[in-house]
Amino acid sequence: MQRYLARRIALAVVTLLAVSLIIFVMSRAAGDPRHVYLDDYSTQEDWDRLTETLKLDRPYYVQYAIFLKDALKGEFGESIKEGRPSMEIIIERLPATFQLGLAAFGFSIIVGVPLGILSAVKRGSILDTVGKVVALVGQSAPVFWLGLMLMFLFAVKLEVLPPYGRQQASSIVLPAVALGWFYAAANLRLLRSAMLNVLDSEYVKLARAKGVSSQVVIWKHSLRNALIPVLTFAGVTLGGLVTGSLVVETVFAWPGLGQLAIQALVGNDYPLLQAVVVIFTLMYVVAALLVDIMYAYIDPRIRYG
Amino acid sequence: MRRWPLIPMLILAVFVVTGLFAPLIAPHDPERGDIRSRNVPPFWQEGGSTEYLLGTDHLGRDMLSRVIYGARISLVVVAVTLGVGAVIGVTSGLVAGWYGGWLDELLMRIVDIKLAIPTILLALVLVLALGQSFLIIVAILAIAVWPRFARNTRGEVLQLKTMDFVALAKVAGASTPRILFIHIFPSVINTLIILATLEVGLVILLESTLSFLGAGVPPPTPAWGSMVSDGRDRLAVAWWISTMPGVAIMLTVLSMNLFGDWLRDQLDPRLRQLE
Repeated sequence: MQRYLARRIALAVVTLLAVSLIIFVMSRAAGDPRHVYLDDYSTQEDWDRLTETLKLDRPYYVQYAIFLKDALKGEFGESIKEGRPSMEIIIERLPATFQLGLAAFGFSIIVGVPLGILSAVKRGSILDTVGKVVALVGQSAPVFWLGLMLMFLFAVKLEVLPPYGRQQASSIVLPAVALGWFYAAANLRLLRSAMLNVLDSEYVKLARAKGVSSQVVIWKHSLRNALIPVLTFAGVTLGGLVTGSLVVETVFAWPGLGQLAIQALVGNDYPLLQAVVVIFTLMYVVAALLVDIMYAYIDPRIRYG
Repeated sequence: MRRWPLIPMLILAVFVVTGLFAPLIAPHDPERGDIRSRNVPPFWQEGGSTEYLLGTDHLGRDMLSRVIYGARISLVVVAVTLGVGAVIGVTSGLVAGWYGGWLDELLMRIVDIKLAIPTILLALVLVLALGQSFLIIVAILAIAVWPRFARNTRGEVLQLKTMDFVALAKVAGASTPRILFIHIFPSVINTLIILATLEVGLVILLESTLSFLGAGVPPPTPAWGSMVSDGRDRLAVAWWISTMPGVAIMLTVLSMNLFGDWLRDQLDPRLRQLE
């Protein structure tokens, strides 16, 4: 277990280092950062001062070391557009992104799990067909398009939900559904096939032969075992919601980190973008790490494998 | 044996044919609009005309022609991306599985790291730093797909290299490249075909997401993702601008997934358990 954990943590650290290196190299490849901060009206003194603050006169490896040191302290430089520390802006945006991610995660479980169980237990029924449609749409429709279609239907045509923003409590419904649908579909498929496998296994047959009631067989004997793949997938979901928020927040003008990343991209705000990317990757990597740990806890084969 | 997935295969055939022969099929120029006929609805709606079957966009460009040319972009992107990604992935998978040791360790850790970085974010950083071009988009997508090819190939090689036919080839004096590409590679092809079909949908979705975010193939080239984005602020006036290309993406990805599932069942029932 310790060895497994150590490996996972090492991998997470190396991943973060790799991302920081990519960002560093790219920030230099993008051109001289001095040109980004200064304009035609800047003087030679401005130029020299910036060279000094950004440490651009040092060799590259020293610059990278400084970049890493600052990153550890959460300092990524000032946003070009807003003229204040990037980290400050990110912290303001975090709650909105967490809120949306949580709602989408909830949706994926609330819709995916019951539909998955029912479509396995009542195989071939109308419920199974409904499940299939939900799963197929979720796995083939691009998130941004799904979002727009939901917006068109519920906000433009039916006018029952607000189309964008975060002013009302109900504003979260459409983005959460758009973001969560793909994962609801995945949960559904995973649980359905896991349930079918378990329902077909020897120990479930034995339980039935012993006269255990159908309810107990389904909810106790089968579901517990079928939930393992869903749990594993929960980690993938947490990570995926991070990236998904880029798209969904843009579509619904949800004022979170994803929208911030795109704004930084469109506005060529490199210091802000690199800060957002580091934070996103951190969330992604930590989510994956947590799941690996949880998974090893649940399934002993991983620990000793 | 499950029967042929007829409808998905038909849709895929339409996708490939329209992509290949877009200039012959498209009724209008996809990049030039007629300013007098902006936001014309599809033909079945009031105000629509058979001149523009799927309507026109906000610049008076024919939606049908743009969707057809969009198929071409997706087709090219998918072909090049998967080609490059598969070659890199398979080669590194063969090498890693065959030699083992530190080389294997190194390559597989690179795969782990790549899979732990969110692709879209990485793509955004690269596009902002290096500029927006077809080449860069394809490179980014190829980087996104190679790890899975590498990992799967390596797994197969680990099994295959202990088999008798490989030992015999060795004894017969075959060189390592010969063993890898002539003896082992053919046994991996089934897995690769299945993997490739399942990756097609992913590549299309990734590419369209990047285009939607404004980091894809640069305009005015009609990519499906950027077309959906064009219609974003016009849903109330012209719903078809966003809807049509989205339907095209969904149908293509859906058909590809269904076809891939079927192919997997045909070629390798073992893989079903890996899902």
